[in-house]
Amino acid sequence: MTMEMVLLLILLAATVWTVMTTRLLRAVIGLALTSVILTILMYRFGAPLAGVFELSVCAGLIPVIFVTTVSFTQRLTPEKLVVRKKERMLKFWFLPVLIVLVGMVLTQVHVTIDFPPVSPEALRTDPRAILWNLRHLDLVGQIAVLLAGVFGVVVFFKEDPSCR
Amino acid sequence: MPVESVSLFWTASAFVILMMIAGIYCILATFNLTRALIGIEILMKAVTLLLIVVGHVTQHTALAQALVITLIVIEVVVMVAAGGVVLSVFRKNKTIDVRRLRNLKG
Repeated sequence: MTMEMVLLLILLAATVWTVMTTRLLRAVIGLALTSVILTILMYRFGAPLAGVFELSVCAGLIPVIFVTTVSFTQRLTPEKLVVRKKERMLKFWFLPVLIVLVGMVLTQVHVTIDFPPVSPEALRTDPRAILWNLRHLDLVGQIAVLLAGVFGVVVFFKEDPSCR
Repeated sequence: MPVESVSLFWTASAFVILMMIAGIYCILATFNLTRALIGIEILMKAVTLLLIVVGHVTQHTALAQALVITLIVIEVVVMVAAGGVVLSVFRKNKTIDVRRLRNLKG
């Protein structure tokens, strides 16, 4: 039995434990363990860069998000809910106007970025060359998605002013 | 393509399918929104494993890594946004049990 086979078995065991365990925090720990084993597999399959991403983000950041979700519990009374709805309307009335304005600007702007050419060998072996030269639209998508994530974090950690 | 690579691909594919079954089971068997998110995360991990194995077998690890990095970025943002949604649902309904979320029912 090869090392990869052993790691795949451990990976499956960690996944099953994550699903079957009754407590949510244990499931989150199992998920982080799954990510760590997947990182080792990535390293052995010749993908160390993706492995570093997996270890730092999926084994580090995502469990923190889950633990925060599990532990965040705030009660909200019906009166506070009404006040919050009114505040939300006042905050976001300008959003449709902003969307129309940005859409109009985007239809007028034409941006072309010329990346320096790289060798076919680099395009075969170097993930950085692939990301920057072949799949730069992926990067634009990643930036957009990350911005969406930043707003997600803002929503996630936003305080309720009426609770002060 | 070497026989070992094909063998590795089919072995890993079997594990990917098993992980997907575990993830789908996790989503279907629970009424807790956080646990459903964990199921989605497991499904994404299965896809990540499949991409890495295919990249290794076809000797296109660089392309596979580029795709996996994109997948990880999307994964974390999906989890952050979904975590925010779960939190909002809890604040509004005092529960994250999907059986008790009746506000959207027509």
